[in-house]
Amino acid sequence: MTDGFTTNHLFYLLQGLVWTVVLSALAFALGGVAGFFVMLARTSPIRWLRRLSLIYVQIIQGTPLLILMFVIYFGLGVIGIELPPLMAAGVGMMIYSSAYLGEIWRGCVESVPRTQFEAAECLALTRWQVLIDVILPQAMRIATPPTVGFMVQLVKNTSLASVVGFVELTRAAQVINNSLFQPFLIFGIAAAFYFCVCYPLSVWSRSLERKLNVGRR
Amino acid sequence: MNYQFDFEALLPYWQSFLQGAITTIQMTIVAVAIGLVIGVLCAIARRSAYPWLRLVVGIYIEIVRNTPFIVQIFFIFFGLSSMGLTMPVFFASVFAMVINVGAYTAEIVRAGMEAVHPSQIEAAEALGLSRFQIYRDIILMPSIERVYPALTSQFILMMLSTSITSQISAEELTGVANNIQSYTFRSFETYIVIAAIYLVITYLLRFGFHAIALAIFPRRRRLGTPL
Repeated sequence: MTDGFTTNHLFYLLQGLVWTVVLSALAFALGGVAGFFVMLARTSPIRWLRRLSLIYVQIIQGTPLLILMFVIYFGLGVIGIELPPLMAAGVGMMIYSSAYLGEIWRGCVESVPRTQFEAAECLALTRWQVLIDVILPQAMRIATPPTVGFMVQLVKNTSLASVVGFVELTRAAQVINNSLFQPFLIFGIAAAFYFCVCYPLSVWSRSLERKLNVGRR
Repeated sequence: MNYQFDFEALLPYWQSFLQGAITTIQMTIVAVAIGLVIGVLCAIARRSAYPWLRLVVGIYIEIVRNTPFIVQIFFIFFGLSSMGLTMPVFFASVFAMVINVGAYTAEIVRAGMEAVHPSQIEAAEALGLSRFQIYRDIILMPSIERVYPALTSQFILMMLSTSITSQISAEELTGVANNIQSYTFRSFETYIVIAAIYLVITYLLRFGFHAIALAIFPRRRRLGTPL
């Protein structure tokens, strides 16, 4: 029965890798939209909105993603919503990334010089116009390297979706290891797959950072 | 939705929760203390004159930083036991954490070291300071001071990552919670309580790191610069 590692196993791991990428993309897309609103709330002129979003960010950043996954997984079951594992994991990753992305982007928006806001206001632009036409184009340039850097974080953290039974790369490796028990080989391959996805992103993020810093050197 | 929340069912287990929280903090402190030393050594090795040493340390850092912690833990824990090397879960967990936090620390400290201006080192050499003194007083301490906020948030992320060691059945906070919810069938409440405890530990650690900073960076204290 345990004939060792075959191409079938490799194929199963590759399938897991595809689901890891799908979940990462889903988490980034949904988390990006939610994170945009978190950023808006964090920089809002309305005080209670700022406070509320700060509390949200502090709670998400102060608790492990693993616990967030458990709370959502069991919590949704309690309310009576039976989500497929992909959606449960996706919602968990979305909440997680919205807090981190929102906070990263808030920093970028706030690093745009104050005078830019003031000048835009003097031109009688509305708050939306200020944001869309003046601030965001400048903030996005600063925001790209840390956002790409966070994507590495995101891909790695999809591995925690394995605990709520979503079969992505880590879960697939666990399943195979349970039958073959060749942990060095199997988790080594899984790690290599993660590395192949994450390392290009890391390099890209670093090169973006270097390009951004050219003017300052 | 007509779910009755029942947090009282968890009350008899408060000692287990406390024990789990203490284990989490212990693991974090041990791993961070050793990881900090390894990280600083790796950061120094990254600036070494030997290309092979730079390469080896660079590979270690990149591998750890680009693979998930949970895979690292499985690799180490199951891998070692498949070789017949069994060790207590606590040690295996801390071992994996040290390897993980060491790589991140190395990268953060290296960034701080790069920000030290070469003229400062030249000035120190001109004053006749020894190589060790230059490293300690001119390069290391100022760069750690500079990257201290990044270091502390990395350490707090590490504390949160201890929850992952429950997957190899370590008896820290999450592991304890997994047990309790299987006794009480109050999974939702258990994990909410756990989340609150993690939040408290996060703030405790932040407070602790701030106190440490006040103690070891006298210049900051005098200038009143916030960390």
